[in-house]
Amino acid sequence: MGTKVLIADDEPNIVVSLSFMMRREGYDVVVARDGAEALDAIRRERPALVLLDAMMPGLTGFDVCEAVRADAAVRDTRILMLTAKGRETDVARGLGAGADAYLTKPFSTRELVEKVREMLA
Amino acid sequence: MRREGRGPRAPALVALCCAGIVLFNFPMLAIWGQDATVLGLPLLPVALFGIWAGLVALLAFVSERDGG
Amino acid sequence: MIAPAVVLAAAAGYLLVLFLIAAWGDRRAAEGRSVIDSAGVYALSWGVYCTAWTYFGSVGRAATAGMWFLPIYLGPMLAMLVAWIVLRKMVRIARTYRITSIADFIAGRYGKSPGLAALVTLITVVGIVPYIALQLKAVEAGYLVLTGTGRQAAAAWWGDGALYVALALAAFAIIFGARHLDLAERHEGMVAAIAFESALKLVAFLGVGAFVTWGLFGGMADIWARAQAVPGLADLVRLDGPGPFDYAQWFALTGLSALSVLLLPRQFQVMVVECVDEAHIRRAAWIFPAYLLLINVFVLPIAIGGIIAFGAAGADPETFVLSLPLAHGAPALALLAYLGGLSAATGMLIVETVAVSTMVCNDLVMPGLLRFGLRGGGDLTRLILAIRRAAIVLVLMLGYLYFRVAGEAYALVSIGLISFAAVAQFGPSLLGGIYWRGGTRVGATAGLLGGFAVWIYTLMLPSVAKSGWIPDRFIAEGPFGIALLAPERLFGLTGLDALTHSLFWSLLVNIGLYVGLSLARAPTAREASQALLFVDVFRQGSAEPVFWRGRARLDDLRALAGRFLGPARAEAIFDEHAAARGVPVPDLVADARLVDRVERQIAGTVGTASARVMVASVAQEEPLSVEDVLEILNESSQLRGYARALEEKSQSLEEATGELRAANEALKSLDQLKDDFMSSVTHELRTPLTSIRALSEVMRDTPDIEPAERDEFLRIIVSETERLGRLVNQVLDLAKIESGHAEWHNTDVDLRAIVIDAGRATSELFRERGARLDLTLPDTVPTLRADPDRLTQVMLNLLSNAVKFVPTTAGRVEVRLVVEPDALVVEVEDNGPGVPAAEQATVFEKFRQGGDALTRPPGTGLGLPISRQIVDHLGGRMWLESESGRGACFAFRLPLQPGG
Repeated sequence: MGTKVLIADDEPNIVVSLSFMMRREGYDVVVARDGAEALDAIRRERPALVLLDAMMPGLTGFDVCEAVRADAAVRDTRILMLTAKGRETDVARGLGAGADAYLTKPFSTRELVEKVREMLA
Repeated sequence: MRREGRGPRAPALVALCCAGIVLFNFPMLAIWGQDATVLGLPLLPVALFGIWAGLVALLAFVSERDGG
Repeated sequence: MIAPAVVLAAAAGYLLVLFLIAAWGDRRAAEGRSVIDSAGVYALSWGVYCTAWTYFGSVGRAATAGMWFLPIYLGPMLAMLVAWIVLRKMVRIARTYRITSIADFIAGRYGKSPGLAALVTLITVVGIVPYIALQLKAVEAGYLVLTGTGRQAAAAWWGDGALYVALALAAFAIIFGARHLDLAERHEGMVAAIAFESALKLVAFLGVGAFVTWGLFGGMADIWARAQAVPGLADLVRLDGPGPFDYAQWFALTGLSALSVLLLPRQFQVMVVECVDEAHIRRAAWIFPAYLLLINVFVLPIAIGGIIAFGAAGADPETFVLSLPLAHGAPALALLAYLGGLSAATGMLIVETVAVSTMVCNDLVMPGLLRFGLRGGGDLTRLILAIRRAAIVLVLMLGYLYFRVAGEAYALVSIGLISFAAVAQFGPSLLGGIYWRGGTRVGATAGLLGGFAVWIYTLMLPSVAKSGWIPDRFIAEGPFGIALLAPERLFGLTGLDALTHSLFWSLLVNIGLYVGLSLARAPTAREASQALLFVDVFRQGSAEPVFWRGRARLDDLRALAGRFLGPARAEAIFDEHAAARGVPVPDLVADARLVDRVERQIAGTVGTASARVMVASVAQEEPLSVEDVLEILNESSQLRGYARALEEKSQSLEEATGELRAANEALKSLDQLKDDFMSSVTHELRTPLTSIRALSEVMRDTPDIEPAERDEFLRIIVSETERLGRLVNQVLDLAKIESGHAEWHNTDVDLRAIVIDAGRATSELFRERGARLDLTLPDTVPTLRADPDRLTQVMLNLLSNAVKFVPTTAGRVEVRLVVEPDALVVEVEDNGPGVPAAEQATVFEKFRQGGDALTRPPGTGLGLPISRQIVDHLGGRMWLESESGRGACFAFRLPLQPGG
């Protein structure tokens, strides 16, 4: 089909599970290992949705978020932030940075899939 | 009134005063009053003036040393 | 012989010089550059103690009675030894409460009593007038000797020469002592002149002394040798020369002069009132006795030399200082000596009359005027000055009259001692007053009256009788024949000379009444408060208690101040007070402090007693009871206590704030660290959990998953679980070590064996990596007291770290064990990429792992922090040496002795 989803996370094992889930849903998967790569991939591949890990070395997920929202070309990309940090301040920060949704790890796979569907609907 | 210097200690002064009283009066006076000469001069005036000078010197020493 | 004109010209010239010096001193004072503000000048001004008595009387006394001239100088020596204690307290009190005379001092101490002030003044005047006459007599006698004229011939036209001197001195005293009202009663010009006079006195006397000793004779030993030749002369310096030695009299004279050097009006004036700076007392206290010593050194040589030169009945010994140079061809020296004597006399006269006139004005006349209705407005300063000047003239005239009438009757010395005995009566009340809080007005008044009465009876009357004015039978037989009351043998006390006898009885009565009556009745509130202010003057500091309660109208107070201080000074006071309070003058509240201040200022002009009367007239005072006084005192000392405590508190508060701030910062950063740690831990724990959960759920929800994928997922799940487990263990371990709850099993440890074991345990890792492990160990190693498991943990951590980072080919790790004298050092070096300098600081931080996530070998990031904690706990140190691209060497050092 064609809906591209970008998975940006520095933990390889998480990438494995996320990739499987997205592919199962029928999306095309692009992978990025750190923030810079993610930003790059977003601009290049123009995915419809990004599964963005908040804590990555170099550019964090928050930085990527803000950069995307600042960039007119890709401003409308859907962003779903994932992070092990779950405090309210971090959620607020995430949403403040421009994420459309925020899930804390470890997440429920069902919940994730549902959210993604919702956002791409 | 300017800065008040610390002066000599009271006990030292009182001690000097008592020493003076004793040295200038009976019975020490009787000792100075003996018939004797010092350097060709009679003992009594020499002793009295000598003690006097000594007290002045001690007082000066105590005052200037402990002063500011 | 010197021509009278020369003598008169010299005297006049001298007075002119004095005048100029005084004028200069006053002008400098007005400019603010005081001349007298030096300990030396201050000390010289005390030399006013040496009057014509010293100049003439001493030599006369020495010639007739040998060493008996000396005690009145030994007394001051003894007094000066404690000057720093006693005199300084008097000066402090006088400064603080604006006391300007002895009468004021005593009256002020005992409740600002006008009666007491008047009594003291009266005693002073009576006692001093003969002394004044004595000076005039010396001036005349000296003049006669110098000009060689006989008494009768001179009487014709010299006649009232002494009168002219008295008048000239009155003018001087008025000009320099009562030209304007100084609130502190300071007369800088006068003091400067007095100091100059003291210097001149000394120089002249020393000059004559040197002349006699080395000019007329061959030195002091020569004088003494020649004295042996004159019958009876050598006995002069023996104690029992003229008769058995009167030790009691010697002691009495010493004690008497010790008191007088403080209590004579002129001494009080120059020592207390004219004191510019308390600190000068320290130095003046020894300069003054030195001065006295010098001026007395030649007394005996002159006396004995004079007797030798003139023969036993040749000349009046009292004027040897003039006659000796005159007769031996040194008229200029004689003239100088006369000027010295003149300065001795004039110095005393000027200061004494100024001091006495202040007392007469403030404590005799003003209170009288005030009582009898002097209320009319207008500036009183003019009136006060007029009274002062009149008093100066009056006192001098009284002295002149006495001289005229009774001058011949008595030898100089005797008159002087009588005066001493009179002022000695002030001793108990004054000295008692500054050290004993219990002295009361009644006691002081009774003591003074009693002592004075005894003095009159035992000393004054007999001297008057011996001059032939009144029949002298009562001296020998007692009044009305009552032998027990014979004035010189009271109650049968014989064996004492007249002076000692009088001194004994008068002081006995004085002290007895003073102490007895003071103890008999409690002090009134006012007396108690004054007592506290005086005795505790050194403790007051700035928060003196004000013992006054009441109300006053500001305008009344201002008017009062204006009347007594002059409008300018009065306004200045109020302006200053208002400025301190921060309100404009019209808004000032006439509270106790302001009233007290005004009262004190006025006291400087009219004495404490009159000042109190005046202030009471414009203020409604609430009479204080003793309880009130205690209360005020309590408040004041509480206030002082509070002030001090407050200061200390605020200081410690500042320190504490500083410490708190620092602690807060430390806490915040620690908090921050904790936060960081917590969030790192959470993150690190949740990351593997995420994979585990996600993959498990995926497998659950995908029944048709491919086996290969399923196996892969399961493998990952297992691996992540292990990772999780390791992490949990390490976090707990670190937490335990850091919080001190870890268990340490210390035994004797062979570090060499541990290293070898660790190497063996990690050999698998090395093989997988294809790296080599080299161990460089000494053969034997001293044992260490430590926990072997923990040390193994450290070695495993270092080795596993090292093997993770060595290159895949030719990777090499070397372990070195070095024995130092007091420690063991282990170094683990690898030939990997090394740690860049920038990261070396952070390498021991939790969750920091070298490299980046992709290439990062599995690890928790907690190994190094834990290892470091272990090494720290054992008293050692761990560090990293590395250069980027040239491998890394992790090393640690463990002391052999714990705590070393």
